[in-house]
Amino acid sequence: MQLETIIAGVMIASLVLYALLGGADYGGGVWDLFAFGKRAQRQRKLIAEAIGPVWEANHVWLILVVVILFTGFPPAFAVIATALHIPITLLLIGIVLRGTAFTFRTYDVQRDDVQRRWSLLFSIASIITPVLLGVTLGAIAGGKIRVAEGLVTSGFFDSWLAPFPFAVGFFALALFAFLAAVYLTMETPERELQEDFRRRALVAGAAVGVLALIVFLLAGTGAPTVRAGISRSWWALGLHAFTAVFAMGAFYTLWTRRYRLARVCAAAQVTMILLGWAFAQFPSLVEPDITIASAAAPRITLQLLLIALVAGAILLFPSYYYLFRIFKSETV
Amino acid sequence: MSDLLAARSQMAMSLAFHIIFAAIGIAMPFLMMIAEWKWLRTKDEIYLTLAKRWAKGTAILFAVGAVSGTVLSFELGLLWPGFMGYAGSIIGMPFSLEGFAFFTEAIFLGIYLYGWKRVPPRAHLFAGAMVALSGALSGIFVVIANAWMNAPTGFRLVDGKPVDIDPIAAMMNSAALPQTLHMTLAAYAATGFVVAGIHAFMLLRDPDNRFHKAALAIALAVGGITAILQPLSGDLLAKSVAKTQPVKLAAFEGQFETESGAAFRIGGIPDETAGVTRYAIEVPYLLSILAYGDPNATVKGLNEFPADERPPVAIVHISFQIMVACGVAMMVIALWGALRYLWRRRAQRKETWLDSRRFLRVLVAAAPLGFIAIETGWVVTEVGRQPWIIYGVMRTSEAVTPMPGLIVPFITFTLLYILLAFVTVWLLLRQVAASPQGSEVDQKEAQLAA
Repeated sequence: MQLETIIAGVMIASLVLYALLGGADYGGGVWDLFAFGKRAQRQRKLIAEAIGPVWEANHVWLILVVVILFTGFPPAFAVIATALHIPITLLLIGIVLRGTAFTFRTYDVQRDDVQRRWSLLFSIASIITPVLLGVTLGAIAGGKIRVAEGLVTSGFFDSWLAPFPFAVGFFALALFAFLAAVYLTMETPERELQEDFRRRALVAGAAVGVLALIVFLLAGTGAPTVRAGISRSWWALGLHAFTAVFAMGAFYTLWTRRYRLARVCAAAQVTMILLGWAFAQFPSLVEPDITIASAAAPRITLQLLLIALVAGAILLFPSYYYLFRIFKSETV
Repeated sequence: MSDLLAARSQMAMSLAFHIIFAAIGIAMPFLMMIAEWKWLRTKDEIYLTLAKRWAKGTAILFAVGAVSGTVLSFELGLLWPGFMGYAGSIIGMPFSLEGFAFFTEAIFLGIYLYGWKRVPPRAHLFAGAMVALSGALSGIFVVIANAWMNAPTGFRLVDGKPVDIDPIAAMMNSAALPQTLHMTLAAYAATGFVVAGIHAFMLLRDPDNRFHKAALAIALAVGGITAILQPLSGDLLAKSVAKTQPVKLAAFEGQFETESGAAFRIGGIPDETAGVTRYAIEVPYLLSILAYGDPNATVKGLNEFPADERPPVAIVHISFQIMVACGVAMMVIALWGALRYLWRRRAQRKETWLDSRRFLRVLVAAAPLGFIAIETGWVVTEVGRQPWIIYGVMRTSEAVTPMPGLIVPFITFTLLYILLAFVTVWLLLRQVAASPQGSEVDQKEAQLAA
């Protein structure tokens, strides 16, 4: 396999991990907003305890994606940052508000009105940010970003201000909310809270299904190349089969309250969806004008980057495991 | 406001905001670690309380630092796609390493902040040490990338395109060591002085409070030792600038004419149209000595360089003066503190070395000096490199995004950061106000003794 393909693979793997871990932290914010009933306070507390120790570490996966992109594929980073300046700027504002509102809520006065205000900001930012992340990824897949001689020629709006990227945005939001609800069933020994999040997981899972269909339909004009990749290639059938198996598995295990298995299925389902997108778009990095090969940095940079990524991973994963063992030991 | 100026302003504002949290993120874990280590060694509960209270403040500051750092990593591309497209493959390396250092920092900070009851004391202290170490490494990697913009190396230019790229050589650029040394020391000195100032203020109101005394001693030791070392690294950095960026050195000093045996200016206002720096106190030969280690060395003046390759002189010179003045004041205060400590120890009254109200007042006044020095120091580095984004290779105007209307994100982020600054300060004040009273500390100890 080509070196640049391996680097691109690591980048996608980081994105998958960001979705599975960081994404679920956003999903927690969604359920903070939709906390209701007589257990609303306990739901919020559970969410805060679940994401408190880990959200900052989970967030770094996104930084890693960006760093791999600008080190390994500098022209692609330049093009994405130019064409998608507006949604990325809004995404950043969302990231800032989500993280700070969550921290400020933890350390501000524990009076109800103060806490409610921070909660509202935290949860709204947790909803907007995944949508914008999805819009950005949808625009990269959509094929409306046009480049000539390294310069963006398609303007600053057309590539993302369209139905398809926004459908991807809401799809991402549904996925993150689904993941969070499934994970939260494992975060508490209390039956009632488990039931609360089980119901939320089932609703979010249904929303994921509906939005997946909408994204697929809109992709006909919104992202024709990627859709062609998804619906026609030889591997597509197998991939769809896997995604479907995991999706049904997630529903079945949630229905029968086998939460540990549900978590595995949900995570696998999200992974398959992202991989499906990545394979369908391959070897394009920014549809249609920039490929992995055309944007790749010189070989020496890629070699060193790969060494750094491997060495970093060797240091990182034991620490990461330690973090999760400490705070999620009841649930791992 | 032109789009280029708006982009530069947004970048400057984002960096100026983030550097405060970044510096605290480097130094605070080190202070917490010392406090916790003293608790493990002495079993004095006051150090445990201290580590926990400092940790609360750090948690707030770290979160703001993490998100504002994320903004910067994207802004590199949002505002300077020309630069990133060109330089990403050359200097992406230190950013990748920084990614992992930041990962380690975030992981162990999570363990540190939320793990007091979940991990054994030694493992907890180890987590603190990992945060302190990876925090320092994060800063070092980012500054290495900045050093490359000042002293670009590790590639050859052929037809305006970089070839024969060597990312390792780029990391080992000649400015890397002096810049990282200077910034790392600055982080400890500035944070140490702010923390010392806060606890000195509390001691003035509550003089026998052991909690604040213990805190002040640790903060002052870290801030003071680094403040005394800092002029040495500054000297190293000035010599490096003299060698690689003579026009920047001339701007530091408002030196328009090329001169041998050049004088060092204290104060003064550069007049760029007339090409003179007025009202300065001049110390003969000192600039030649500081820049080249030789009183008769020739210092190149700004007039040697074409007008379109000179940085704005006045802002660089004045910022440089402020930075140096703050640094010298901090060094003097640190030496005063060190002498007080040594004298009292000799007189067998070591525990009274912080009992001078005059000394405490000076510490309160000196609290912001380190951060003023950091901010002005970065103005010196960044504005002093203009009009280049990569010194001698790429102009800032060539790197900027074609995106119009950049004043909108500039104003948006400015307002957002002002809001964050207000809330952060408000929450930290609450934390300080909630620190233990002297009488509480004594009572608790009496209870324990009983």
